[in-house]
Amino acid sequence: MLNFTLRRLMFTIPTLLLISFIIFLILDLAPNDPTGNLPLTIPPEVREKIRASLGLDAPMYIRYLLWCQQFFINEPLNLFNEWFGWCIGDCEGRLRVTSWATRSPVVDLIAERMPQTLWVVGMSYLVGILIAVPIGVISAYKQYSWFDQAGTFISMIGFSVPTFFTGVLLIVIFSVWMPNDSFFWLPSIYDTTLEVVDWSSFGQQVRQMIMPVMVLGLYNAAQISRFMRASMLDNLSQDYVRTARAKGLKEKTVLLVHVLRNSMIPVVTVIALGIPQIFGGAIITEQIFKVNGLGQLLIIGIQGADIPLVQTLTFLFAVLIVLFNLVADVLYGLLDPRIRYE
Amino acid sequence: MNFKHLIAATLGAGLMASTAIAGGHAAQGRDGNVSIIYWQAASILNPYLSGGTKDIDAASLVIEPLARYDENGSMVPMIAAEIPTVANGGVSEDLTAITWTLKEGLLWSDGTDVTANDVVFTANYCMDESGGCQQLAKFADIESVEALDDLTVRITFTKPKPFPYGPLVGSTTPVLQAAQFANCTGEAAPTCTEENFNPIGTGPFVVTEFRANDTITMAANTNYREAGKPAFATLTFKGGGDAASAARSVLETGEFDYAWNLQIAPEILADMEAKGMGTVVSGFGPLVERLMINLTDPSPDLGEARSTVANPHPFMSDIAVRQALSMAIDRPLLVEVGYGKAGNVTCNVLPSPAIYNSPNNAGCEVQDIAGANALLDEAGWVRGADGIRAKDGVRLSILYQTSTNAVRQDFQALIKQWWAEIGVETELKNIDAAVFFGGDQSSPDTFQKLFADVEMYANTFDGTDPEAYMGNWACSEIPSPDNAWLGGNMPRFCDPAYDALVAEMSGTADIEERARLAIAMNDMLMQTYTIIPLVHRGNVSARANTLEGVKLNVWDSQLWNVADWSRAE
Amino acid sequence: MNSAVEEIEDTRKFRSLWGDVWVQFRSHKGAMLGMVVFGIILFGVTLGPYIWTTDPQYLDIRAKNTSTILNCFLTGDQIFQCFSDPGSIKYFDPNAETLTRVKLSWAYPLGTDQLGRDQLAQLLQGGRVSMAVGMAAMLLSLVVGTVAGVLAGYFRRLDGPLMRLTDLFLALPLLPLLLVIIMLFRDTLRGLFGPETGIFLLIVFVIGITSWMQTARIVRGDVLALKEREFILAANSIGTPAKRVISRHIMPNILSPIMVSATLGIATAIITESALSFLGLGFPSDFPTWGRLLFDGTTYISQSPARVIWPGLAISLTVLSVNFIGDGLRDALDPRIRGR
Repeated sequence: MLNFTLRRLMFTIPTLLLISFIIFLILDLAPNDPTGNLPLTIPPEVREKIRASLGLDAPMYIRYLLWCQQFFINEPLNLFNEWFGWCIGDCEGRLRVTSWATRSPVVDLIAERMPQTLWVVGMSYLVGILIAVPIGVISAYKQYSWFDQAGTFISMIGFSVPTFFTGVLLIVIFSVWMPNDSFFWLPSIYDTTLEVVDWSSFGQQVRQMIMPVMVLGLYNAAQISRFMRASMLDNLSQDYVRTARAKGLKEKTVLLVHVLRNSMIPVVTVIALGIPQIFGGAIITEQIFKVNGLGQLLIIGIQGADIPLVQTLTFLFAVLIVLFNLVADVLYGLLDPRIRYE
Repeated sequence: MNFKHLIAATLGAGLMASTAIAGGHAAQGRDGNVSIIYWQAASILNPYLSGGTKDIDAASLVIEPLARYDENGSMVPMIAAEIPTVANGGVSEDLTAITWTLKEGLLWSDGTDVTANDVVFTANYCMDESGGCQQLAKFADIESVEALDDLTVRITFTKPKPFPYGPLVGSTTPVLQAAQFANCTGEAAPTCTEENFNPIGTGPFVVTEFRANDTITMAANTNYREAGKPAFATLTFKGGGDAASAARSVLETGEFDYAWNLQIAPEILADMEAKGMGTVVSGFGPLVERLMINLTDPSPDLGEARSTVANPHPFMSDIAVRQALSMAIDRPLLVEVGYGKAGNVTCNVLPSPAIYNSPNNAGCEVQDIAGANALLDEAGWVRGADGIRAKDGVRLSILYQTSTNAVRQDFQALIKQWWAEIGVETELKNIDAAVFFGGDQSSPDTFQKLFADVEMYANTFDGTDPEAYMGNWACSEIPSPDNAWLGGNMPRFCDPAYDALVAEMSGTADIEERARLAIAMNDMLMQTYTIIPLVHRGNVSARANTLEGVKLNVWDSQLWNVADWSRAE
Repeated sequence: MNSAVEEIEDTRKFRSLWGDVWVQFRSHKGAMLGMVVFGIILFGVTLGPYIWTTDPQYLDIRAKNTSTILNCFLTGDQIFQCFSDPGSIKYFDPNAETLTRVKLSWAYPLGTDQLGRDQLAQLLQGGRVSMAVGMAAMLLSLVVGTVAGVLAGYFRRLDGPLMRLTDLFLALPLLPLLLVIIMLFRDTLRGLFGPETGIFLLIVFVIGITSWMQTARIVRGDVLALKEREFILAANSIGTPAKRVISRHIMPNILSPIMVSATLGIATAIITESALSFLGLGFPSDFPTWGRLLFDGTTYISQSPARVIWPGLAISLTVLSVNFIGDGLRDALDPRIRGR
């Protein structure tokens, strides 16, 4: 297994380089333009100069190599400098990956947004899994019971009603209709500058998280619980379950040790594939509640054709995807000893 | 009244306004926090590096120009002591130089003196070729900017400037502190993150924390020149979301005090306002939603020559068709559906300021389907079996494009129906705004290429002078492959008589004569139905009922007078 | 129970695999209900526009913001008058302090939107597109995902390249990719197939190729586990060709994740389509689809909740019915359950 992991890790480097090039190619081909959102009062000649100052007049491969240099060499060196105080080369004048819209280092922007994304999107994912796994297990164990039917109904609604609708619905109910001084009133706008220092600010943080976490959590739970249920159903009818019961094992042991473990394989894939998406942020939900996390950063970058920002964010995203797919593969091996990779 | 007198008059108004404001003597910061929401988040506080309205408005809280426009479009001195005119000797008789005198004793927020050097530095900062300055157009035709003494700056132009108030007037071109930005000129400009996020200014607020594309927190500037202002100790500038939710946060939930640019359906806005927590405010600048007719053939079969003057349009080159298209439109209904109080019917592409508004094109307010049909019949366009008119095998089938925006898609649907009633077939197409307005050479969907028969968007101009705006429709401004599709003449309109008017205007200083020329140009465009104006659009914002002192300004930053804002008792 | 036994008796004469499957499927109540609902929706969207002939794109601007006729149920004692002559009901409001006129008309049973377009006609017409896009895109992504997953899981040589391809597609930034695809192909397809069919093909393609990755990963995981099971080893050891092993032994055992993917895939496709048209990348703006109706209606959620309820209900019912059909199919195809 270790051997397999190491080999796969080595293989990821050329994969990621290729992915980064393809992403760059797509961003370069895309027809949106960094001057597109500027007021029309800025004349075309000035727009040309702006493009030139962003380096857009250089050929595509040069811009890609420049990004590679900035991202793979300058950024790590800068990190060393900041964390350990080691200075390698020209620490002051080193060119970092810089966003075109904010003219600030992309990595700093990402770091600034990490907290709210992890709080909101990460929490919603956790909530989603915590709701989904028990629902999936019980639904399968009591197939076609009222619990199963209700679970199916709710999760299907949760999946087929998009977040742009549920988010607005919750805001209308809890922020608009609810009187402002009521206990159930919830803020419709997420305050990213809020620092949790005491119980009252913690309470505020919880209040502003409730709606976005619920909207996203419902969506995630719906999806995961369906896979959980289907996979449990497949395993419940297997021979080994009969054997285990025949041996006189307690029903709880049969269900939670034998069946659950074997049912987790497809679910682990779904969960592992979902984790990078936490870091990708939830574009629509972040937009509705103004959480302004990584998803909002990405969408602003895309709309403004901010290539360095989008390229860096997407690439980090790709790294996470590749890593978590590897994690999922390793987990398969652990969950099912029969799976061999050699 | 000639132009010089006009300048004198605006100067007088400005002075009176500024003295009247300095009345109260309450303490600075007495009203706590004010929160502002812009649904487009500010990404930088340096307008020279980002021309986006959101960035300019946010920056206007911190850094100020020599003079700003007030809500009536007249100039108010900010850093300058007064507005220079020919009458007071500030503008040279030959209109080639303007001399600004700064206020005495003015301090930057860090406590140092504001000097003429800062002004000179700022001009050179933008005019540096390698800096990618986005406001470069404001500094056109400048020969030199020099400090005559600590408080006097002279800007010399290469040619006579009838309107010399381009550079360093208005929130797009504020004065930067030379000491802070000394190492940020030229190619280093974009690398100065700290400076661009936290500029030192003379405005009522200073930045305490800047989170790009998210939230800016500010505190009152203790060195602000007027005692007792601003009334708020801190300011929150939140960004993100969409217009509807921004409106909701002010009008329905009361979480914010001021929301910017609420272009949403008027009935929804009215419903929200009825909740009684806030008020919708609107104001009118020169922004006009219009249809641009393509006078050239956009057929894909033409390859390179697509939408160029080499091939006239098969049916749009017939003025009867263009006129019929305009007559079929019910403009009052468009206003009602799309803009409500924030829109007016207009028959001109230049409806504002009032002296430039042509009186010669009235009549477009009334929809005239029968008249349009009669006109087309007369011109020989006959309805075929499918109800679509045709002549000599050419069908009146139109591809109508615009940017993606709920109101614009409603307009498209309405206009499509009206055109169907006069026997014109319409296919609708909407394009992502970043692509449509992006000007990417490789994209076929930009508004400059106009690979369609008709396109719709809104345009306006900075400040109060329409010379550059009207110059857009000169022959030389036609976008084509030869000039990399740069240029503002989307209809590909070309008339030597129009070019002559443009040339005449650039050499005319007298304000009434300029108005006459602008009106003549407007009328040429209107009466040839090259541009079909739809709605004169206003800016719409919302303020909480507890917020006082808001004066919506369409000529400058909406937050131009934030120093005068206060909390109602 | 009795009837099921009889049916099995009846079919014994021409007992085939698919006969068995059908019998089992019919005994699944949820699946039958799903079939009925799905059939009604399908009938409504295909034939509905011929019965309810109002043009969904016609703007009756004077009738804009008409409410649904169902509001008559709220009129209390006027309910019969309201249904017989909706135009006569000028005002009704529980608290009579604010007299608001609510427009009602039998001409627009589900009301109209802000431009006076008939909601019922839009719902029927929109369903056509949404169902077609949903089904076609789901099928495409299912086929691509299953093929990639099975090949990667079964043939070790293909595992690396195929899974790296999956990683690549998962990592691609969707929006710029769409912009590129649309820019490159929209005009060509529009020229070849006309604006509507061309865009339809493009959208199905775009949604299909950007949503197969999850299915592929899940299927591969299952195949990896199955491959080491005794019955597959047995099949291999007697020299069964890979093609037959996959079709006879692997496929039936990975049906349940595929069914779940299919159900979720339809919902995703319908919603993604609405996101595309919102971005101006989809159908022309006056071309109704369920996702678009829901999106437009969300803006008017406080003014006329009915506008979001109908398309929302339509999408949910479709997804729900497909889900139950999928459940029934899976049960019917599983020999272990079928035998019971």
